[in-house]
Amino acid sequence: MSEPTEQENVSGANTIKLALAWSFVGIPLIWGVLNTLSKAALLFQ
Amino acid sequence: MATAAQADSGGILHWLDRSHTVAKPGFSRWLVPPAALCVHLCIGQVYAFSVFNLPMTKFIGITESAPDDWKLTQLGWIFSIAIVFLGLAAAFTGTWLDRVGPRKAMVTAALCFGGGFLISALGVYLHELWIVYLGYGVIGGCGLGLGYISPVKTLITWFPDRPGMATGMAIMGFGGGAMIASPLSVWLMDYFSSPTDVGVTGTFITMGLIYMFFMLVGATIVRVPAEGWAPEGYVAPAESKKMVTTAHVHVDEALKTPQFYLLWGVLCLNVTAGIGVLGQASAMSQEMFPGKITAAAAAGFVGLLSLFNMIGRFFWASTSDYIGRRNTYMIFFALGMALYAAVPWTGETGSIILFVAFYCIIMTMYGGGFATIPAYLRDVFGVRYVGAIHGRLLTAWSTAGVLGPVLVNYIREYQINNGVPKADAYSVTMYIMAGLLLVGFLLNWLMTPVDKKHHMTEAELKASMEG
Repeated sequence: MSEPTEQENVSGANTIKLALAWSFVGIPLIWGVLNTLSKAALLFQ
Repeated sequence: MATAAQADSGGILHWLDRSHTVAKPGFSRWLVPPAALCVHLCIGQVYAFSVFNLPMTKFIGITESAPDDWKLTQLGWIFSIAIVFLGLAAAFTGTWLDRVGPRKAMVTAALCFGGGFLISALGVYLHELWIVYLGYGVIGGCGLGLGYISPVKTLITWFPDRPGMATGMAIMGFGGGAMIASPLSVWLMDYFSSPTDVGVTGTFITMGLIYMFFMLVGATIVRVPAEGWAPEGYVAPAESKKMVTTAHVHVDEALKTPQFYLLWGVLCLNVTAGIGVLGQASAMSQEMFPGKITAAAAAGFVGLLSLFNMIGRFFWASTSDYIGRRNTYMIFFALGMALYAAVPWTGETGSIILFVAFYCIIMTMYGGGFATIPAYLRDVFGVRYVGAIHGRLLTAWSTAGVLGPVLVNYIREYQINNGVPKADAYSVTMYIMAGLLLVGFLLNWLMTPVDKKHHMTEAELKASMEG
């Protein structure tokens, strides 16, 4: 089996960093959106 | 004047310098939007500050306001001071930010915004309102301004092919910050409250530390592209298009152009109208649909508007990459006029769905106005000083932050004093807001490219890069 190239290593590391960074901001944002939608549902009840 | 090299600090502070933020080969530019969001999601908390107002009027009385407790009118100034200092900080630190780079600016913003909360906690603990004004209003407000503009130029440089989308993503966070802060604040106050404490001190300390940490993570992630970097396959246009320049205008020179003041007016009027209707959304919904929309449902309605404010920031700024900034603002003003004028009609029809839908679309355009302006400035004045010019332009926001609520409240009070029924008083307000949008439409229609005499020469540009 061949060793991964430097470019593949960079790409793999980037994928992990991207997933972590976007989760870091995405999770609180999704929590806020869901919270808002649950309260807004009262409008149409 | 300090040069970029001189602006580099020594020792441990070296990490903050622009030279330490230059991306290495292989860095993904898609890491920069979450870095910007780390800051904007935090500072967007300012829109949710009102959740503290009522508990802060009960520090002494706990269950109800005591005579020595702070009054709502006194507390309203905290938000106003913060917004004024947001504008001032953005206006006066833009050039400094341009020189020192995004990381140092983001760290300073984190210290100011998080620190502002901590100082305010002390003010609340000592029951000294001036300390809260100083903490959240002045120092926190400076953090707001600095944090707001710090990632803008960096994002535009990383995404020359989609500047609207890039800045829209960050500024979307500012709209979304309130949706996180509002339930978080309520939950924390509930957690820290006791029979002798309303829980605001503990909440301020916790939120200050959380926000400081979150913003510092953003500062750690952020990078600037290496000199001459361009996205794969992207070829920078060699010549200016009609409304998109390839030249650069110095920040001081930009203030001498009519375009700066036209855009100032465009932003100010869009925000004035938006803030005006946002401020009365809750009361308006309950009074236009009595018995159908309860106070709890109205609170949900205001939350929904925050969501559409956030969505609009991303949607409209991204759309502007395809249809152009000027056309995007034409839509804001033309469609806005029609919708503002039609909102009273939805009340007459009794249709809650139409009322909510119209209001939500209006809010997307309010948010979209904020998010599209950095890319508009880049198109008109070039990239070099876009951060600093954006900072100066944000004084329009501060102005609108005062003008919008004052205008709406004054118009409403005048009408009610003259015998107009409460529910009908909103109609005239909406028509006046539509009139403001007509003025905005005309200002945007007058936008033309900046005269070449204001453009920087090659030598000036080179000198500015070195210095």
